[in-house]
Amino acid sequence: MSKKSKTKNQKSKLGEEEVRHVAELAGLALSPSEVRKFQKQLSEVLDYIEVLNEIDTEGLEPTSQVAGLENVFREDKVGSSLSFEEVLSGTKNKDRGMFKIKAIFDK
Amino acid sequence: MELYELTINEAQEGLKERKFSSLELVKSCLSRIKKLDSKINAFITVCEKKALKQAEEADKQFGSLDRGLNNRPLLGIPIAIKDIFSTKEIKTTAGSKVLANYLPVYDATVVRRLKEAGAIILGKTNMDAWAHGSSGENSDFFPTKNPWNPGSVPGGSSSGSAAAVSSGMALAATGSDTGGSIRLPASFCNLVGLKPTYGRVSRYGVIAMASSLDVMGHLTKDVTDSAIILNVIAGRDLYDSTTSEKPVPNYLTNLKKGVKGLKIGIPKEYFIEGMHPEVKERVLVAIKILEKLGAKTLAVSLPHTKYALAVYYIVQPSEVSSNLARYDGIRFGFPREEFGAEAKRRIMIGTYTLSAGYYEAYYLKAMQIRTLVKKDFEKVFNKVDILLTPVSPTPPFKLGERKNDPLAMYLSDIFTVTASLAGIPGLAVPAGFVEDMPVGVQILGPQFSEDLLLRVGYTYEQETLWYKRRPNL
Repeated sequence: MSKKSKTKNQKSKLGEEEVRHVAELAGLALSPSEVRKFQKQLSEVLDYIEVLNEIDTEGLEPTSQVAGLENVFREDKVGSSLSFEEVLSGTKNKDRGMFKIKAIFDK
Repeated sequence: MELYELTINEAQEGLKERKFSSLELVKSCLSRIKKLDSKINAFITVCEKKALKQAEEADKQFGSLDRGLNNRPLLGIPIAIKDIFSTKEIKTTAGSKVLANYLPVYDATVVRRLKEAGAIILGKTNMDAWAHGSSGENSDFFPTKNPWNPGSVPGGSSSGSAAAVSSGMALAATGSDTGGSIRLPASFCNLVGLKPTYGRVSRYGVIAMASSLDVMGHLTKDVTDSAIILNVIAGRDLYDSTTSEKPVPNYLTNLKKGVKGLKIGIPKEYFIEGMHPEVKERVLVAIKILEKLGAKTLAVSLPHTKYALAVYYIVQPSEVSSNLARYDGIRFGFPREEFGAEAKRRIMIGTYTLSAGYYEAYYLKAMQIRTLVKKDFEKVFNKVDILLTPVSPTPPFKLGERKNDPLAMYLSDIFTVTASLAGIPGLAVPAGFVEDMPVGVQILGPQFSEDLLLRVGYTYEQETLWYKRRPNL
């Protein structure tokens, strides 16, 4: 467990500004105290994963899946699906068989 | 002996021979829940009325069926479902406040298959929110206690499933395992936990954590029960195109064939500095026992093991950030403000490692090293049939001990994430006690070797009988 050896020369990977930026990209609202807490915790995790730089990965094939399957098809047949009522059952914001959301464009 | 103490295998016999009814069995588990769960907190939802009604129906079927039970191997058997599996008209939260009021309109394939086999759902079990965690403490609702010691964690993320089975509230429970979430809690609660091969069991209808790693499995009291459930849930599902077309064997057939002549590898990288010496000792004892039973053991090496956890903590949060992007509170559930701290951390790590300028340095690099981890296993399985390793470097830790130190929590999974990255199956089996708390050993094999893992696990458990011990509650 190489946690100790890493914290010795710990440098902050992520500044608070970057934490706020990443949170915004991810659609998360953070309080100032969360920004401080996550800045420290996320930097620690990013320091830990630096260990991967020990390996030269030039020319190595990436593994994005381990099922080993490619081009899985099914017959193009129409089957049963959920009713409007079922699909809309999880929300209060609905109108005439559609989800009602906040306006994106001005009138 | 009380009915709630039975294994599935024992309960099947008793039900068939009419020694007791399904209603009595279900009532026994429900009374156990009533007596203990205010202290243990294993369940988020208990479906008492539905379960009693289903038990009555099952009993009627036992009356009308004449040995025609082969199609319904779990008829009348009460089980618990981890709250990450969608259950039609039963609240499904994934342990998160974002889904605190979510009622799915369909069943996950695993749930559908269990119901079709006759199983009765007692309720939905607590978990680390979105399956993010190794202790159960990241549940947005409440932490689950370890039935062996209420001051310790039950392991996570399938914390409630482990605690429920271990304390006799359910005969078995489903789990999901992305980096160890079945194997670790099984090990911490003296249970058998199976993470099948990626693609052996359908993921359809299970709230996705990291799609290239998520595997559905279960926690049971012994290896026979693990085989019984795998028989029901394994196999191709048209709703999950990553499921394999490989035929599903009867996993009970070869259970008792022993380990004579099997070659078992002991990977040196799984005995690291800083691990608890008595945990190591339990594994060494297990090796001796398997040798005595006729297996050959040899030292092997998986040289990229030390990089696996770092690879996992890039690949997994990257996929998490993508999967959790769909929770917007518009179609169901609550808005993103309701995400807990751990979900926020993982979403942000993933967003960062996938973002422009960092993708190559982190995500692509991790996927490349994932190739090396996978190849390590492929090479070693040319030499040995299976591997034997610890499940975790330590026995169950104390509640609160790692809660505010994410990295320390992540390190709990150091021996389980490797199998997840390679998509190979892993079986955790009880291996004795350290400081009066249970610990397990992990049996790993090549893809689709569940049959062999269960056989080795069965041979080992029947020799040691650790699995028979139950917490004193």
